[in-house]
Amino acid sequence: MLKQITVTVNGAQHTAEVEPRLLLVHLIREVLNLTGTHIGCDTSSCGACTILLDGKSVKSCTILAVQANGKSVTTIEGMIQNGELHPLQEGFKENHALQCGFCTPGMIMRATELLANNPNPTEEEIRWGISGNLCRCTGYNNIVKAIEYAGAKMRGEEPASTEPQFV
Amino acid sequence: MIAQSFNYEAPDTLAKAIALLQKYGDEAKILSGGHSLIPMMKLRFATPECLIDINDIPGLSHIKEEGGVLKIGALTREAEVEHSDLLKKHFPIFGDVTKLIADPQVRNRGTLGGNLAHGDAANDHPAVMLALNATVIATGPDGERAIPIDEFFFGFYMTALQPDEILTEIQIPIPEGNTGNAYHKLERKVGDYATAGVAVQLTLDQSGNCTAAGIGLTNVNPTPLRAARSEQALLGKPITEASIAEAAQYASEDCSPSSDLRGSEEYKRAMVAVLVKRMIHKALERAGVK
Repeated sequence: MLKQITVTVNGAQHTAEVEPRLLLVHLIREVLNLTGTHIGCDTSSCGACTILLDGKSVKSCTILAVQANGKSVTTIEGMIQNGELHPLQEGFKENHALQCGFCTPGMIMRATELLANNPNPTEEEIRWGISGNLCRCTGYNNIVKAIEYAGAKMRGEEPASTEPQFV
Repeated sequence: MIAQSFNYEAPDTLAKAIALLQKYGDEAKILSGGHSLIPMMKLRFATPECLIDINDIPGLSHIKEEGGVLKIGALTREAEVEHSDLLKKHFPIFGDVTKLIADPQVRNRGTLGGNLAHGDAANDHPAVMLALNATVIATGPDGERAIPIDEFFFGFYMTALQPDEILTEIQIPIPEGNTGNAYHKLERKVGDYATAGVAVQLTLDQSGNCTAAGIGLTNVNPTPLRAARSEQALLGKPITEASIAEAAQYASEDCSPSSDLRGSEEYKRAMVAVLVKRMIHKALERAGVK
């Protein structure tokens, strides 16, 4: 039995007829063709499919598309504004916070809510804050730096230098 | 992974949800946070004919204090429990436990009621509710029913909830006097189920005698377990290192863990003893006794 749903994704309203068992991540990737949101583990462990649902970071592999009816979704494609990278995107680029990039969209979406709730997090708070997102290549140090960089930029401060430090 | 087909209903009142439960009986499942249920459906461990999504029903999400009782709506998210100022005041144990449940994204969805209604001894809130002497409110066709937490958990995924009832609220008496509570679980990594977990709440009178003790154990028994002999070992007298050791010993003897990837039975019993000691000390510290 198909259900009609209306979901606002990155500011644009979409209406679709979906099976109740369709996962939100499949709606995003396969119906709306927004493939920036990744499927990693498909078991709500890795965080690659993290998106914002009404501003809260959630794992879209464990939410049904019908549950997003009438709600607002933000994916990584919605982060760029007027052609300008979001400070988190810039932070990841400047700090070499990705190699393969598979976890990056989920990391950035999670960090978006983290910084919205806590604009000036400590390193420990950042590490706890991204504890539901797994990275398997870069390691977390540069991801933490990228989030610190974005936090500083969003507070209107000068981010720490991203030049390599030789000692 | 895709779940088997099902009907989806999203009623906007409790009465409509209960009517749907009456219609579908055992073939319906309540969807709250969905972070236990949807994975089970994807693996086809659960194949409900109908999912009744209660997320649109108003009045099920709150944290409030009324007449010396703390009331938490069943649909209250773990993240809301984690950051509640009211809970931080009387119940720092909720800060302990929620931080160890899954991860931030899952806590944005997962609900306190769902954590209990799932009836899984590996979940963390059951032990906490045992320690805090909670009462579960279930709403069915005939109205509300209060179920003491000791009568709530029956077996693996089995609770006292009837097929036409919905868990709607959790009520916890706010303790008087010098009270402290604490929870910790040993886990291999973030998001893991407990190798062993222990919840403790202690109340002491002016002369330091222990007037109330609650100790609950996570994932070391087929059902969430109250460590009753451990509680008795502490009650009615000042708490000493000797009585703490006795309580720890009893808890490790009275639980019934199984050997698995998280550790052997022997190891888990040893960890129960360690955690009981540590949580008693932490609860005493929070009660202002040290």
